[in-house]
Amino acid sequence: MSETQSTYNYKVVRQFAVMTVIWGIVGMLVGVIIAAQLVWPELNIGWLHFGRLRPLHTNAVIFAFGGSALFATSYYVVQRTCHARIFSDGLAAFTFWGWQLVIVLAAVTLPLGMTSGKEYAELEWPIDILITLVWVAYAVVFFGTIAKRKVSHIYVANWFYGGFILAVALLHVVNSAAIPVSLTKSYSAYAGVQDAMVQWWYGHNAVGFFLTAGFLGMMYYFVPKQAGRPVYSYRLSVVHFWALIFTYMWAGPHHLHYTALPDWTQSVGMLFSLILLAPSWGGMINGVMTLSGAWHKLRDDPILKFLITSLSFYGMSTFEGPMMAIKTVNALSHYTDWTVGHVHSGALGWVAMVSIGAIYYLLPRLFGKPEMFSVKLITVHFWVATIGVVLYIASMWISGVMQGLMWRAVNADGTLTYSFVESVKASYPFWAIRFLGGLLFLFGMLIMAYNMVKTIAGGRVVDDARVLQPAAHHA
Amino acid sequence: METIYLLIPISVVLVFLIAIAFWWSLRNGQFDDMEGPAYRILMDDDRSPPAAPRADDHADPADVVDRRAGAGSGHLRDS
Repeated sequence: MSETQSTYNYKVVRQFAVMTVIWGIVGMLVGVIIAAQLVWPELNIGWLHFGRLRPLHTNAVIFAFGGSALFATSYYVVQRTCHARIFSDGLAAFTFWGWQLVIVLAAVTLPLGMTSGKEYAELEWPIDILITLVWVAYAVVFFGTIAKRKVSHIYVANWFYGGFILAVALLHVVNSAAIPVSLTKSYSAYAGVQDAMVQWWYGHNAVGFFLTAGFLGMMYYFVPKQAGRPVYSYRLSVVHFWALIFTYMWAGPHHLHYTALPDWTQSVGMLFSLILLAPSWGGMINGVMTLSGAWHKLRDDPILKFLITSLSFYGMSTFEGPMMAIKTVNALSHYTDWTVGHVHSGALGWVAMVSIGAIYYLLPRLFGKPEMFSVKLITVHFWVATIGVVLYIASMWISGVMQGLMWRAVNADGTLTYSFVESVKASYPFWAIRFLGGLLFLFGMLIMAYNMVKTIAGGRVVDDARVLQPAAHHA
Repeated sequence: METIYLLIPISVVLVFLIAIAFWWSLRNGQFDDMEGPAYRILMDDDRSPPAAPRADDHADPADVVDRRAGAGSGHLRDS
């Protein structure tokens, strides 16, 4: 097996990998703070009240933590599977620094109250333009690397990453279209229910492509690599990809059940949401069954524990999601904590855990070590995080269903049985449990940061990973 | 609901673009081998290369060579 002189660009992977852990801590800390503010309202002080911090939390965990994890892993996977150095070092560096600037600007503008008011797309127009530039550079770097690949086959993980990059570009540009009135204020190009439809077309597809397709790409590379086994069915993974991207786009209206949106549009949204169960579970089973015949590896490999548990949560939340999209179920669940629990089952259980597993896989390879500083601490992290997620989602399920039932309870004479504030009061104990769950998950990230620092301290910066010639690529 | 005049055309155009990508990948032979690619990523040894020879670091290099040779020949027979 011969090797060329060229090396992989690990620098940008390393930068994004380290920032994944740091932004994870920041984003989850803000999450824990706003969870505490719900339990102890006196913590809402000045600019740092719930309304200002909540968008900061969502932006930080989705785009800073999740985004950095996606950048790091996609740059690593595309280089390794294409047997080619990244397309442009300069553009790759631009995506790193540009993305960090976006995050810092978000952290400044959101607490100041500069917002376009669109959920998960709150950032004002100048930052939206910067995001667009970074994203175009990302697409050029990623597809440029695919174009210079040394193997004819494009590994399935790259299809998922590629789909995610293109879809997010489209969603961002359409949904963020706005008319600026000043540097810090703009108004959406759409109005009323039109705006709501565009917003949730964006919002749900952000879940579908940013938080699902991208992380599935991660799963299809890191699960087989960590398990040392090929994916259960490569054919199924290809079917998974095409089925997912052909059916995802129209699930958005399920966020607008029983609103001014026309009834038929809501029904279309519900139908497409139900259809999504099939590809989602196909992919989940494919990932988990990769361990078929090697289940013992799960016993002593905590990285694999993270990856496989993330798939279990992926399966759970992709069952729960279509179910909640059914109008009659949604009549109970909408606007309650159940939605919050569902989101975190996906966000903490699936997105965060698969990212954490992938980053644990990457760090030793990026810093010239055979493994992390302490494998035992990864195990501790795994259990702390898992208990945290379970506390979080179980408390939200209970309070969510309780709220739904209290809001709809009607007396014999047609008056409401409970006032809204009574449901708030009844929710306190569950919000306290949720705060504890979040705190545990954050604590897990701190363990990870300690482990990362010790690994880096004992390692060296790997800048000489040579591009290996593909094995038997003429086959 | 004028917004559907924007969103539906976008979706239709998108489906065509996806169909083109699918058609390209079919014609390009992306689906010809549905076994090999899964093994090929495992044959790519990405464990960090040993640091420039250091006295205390002796376990890795031979091990890496062994694994590469072993993995390579094994999977060639598979495909």
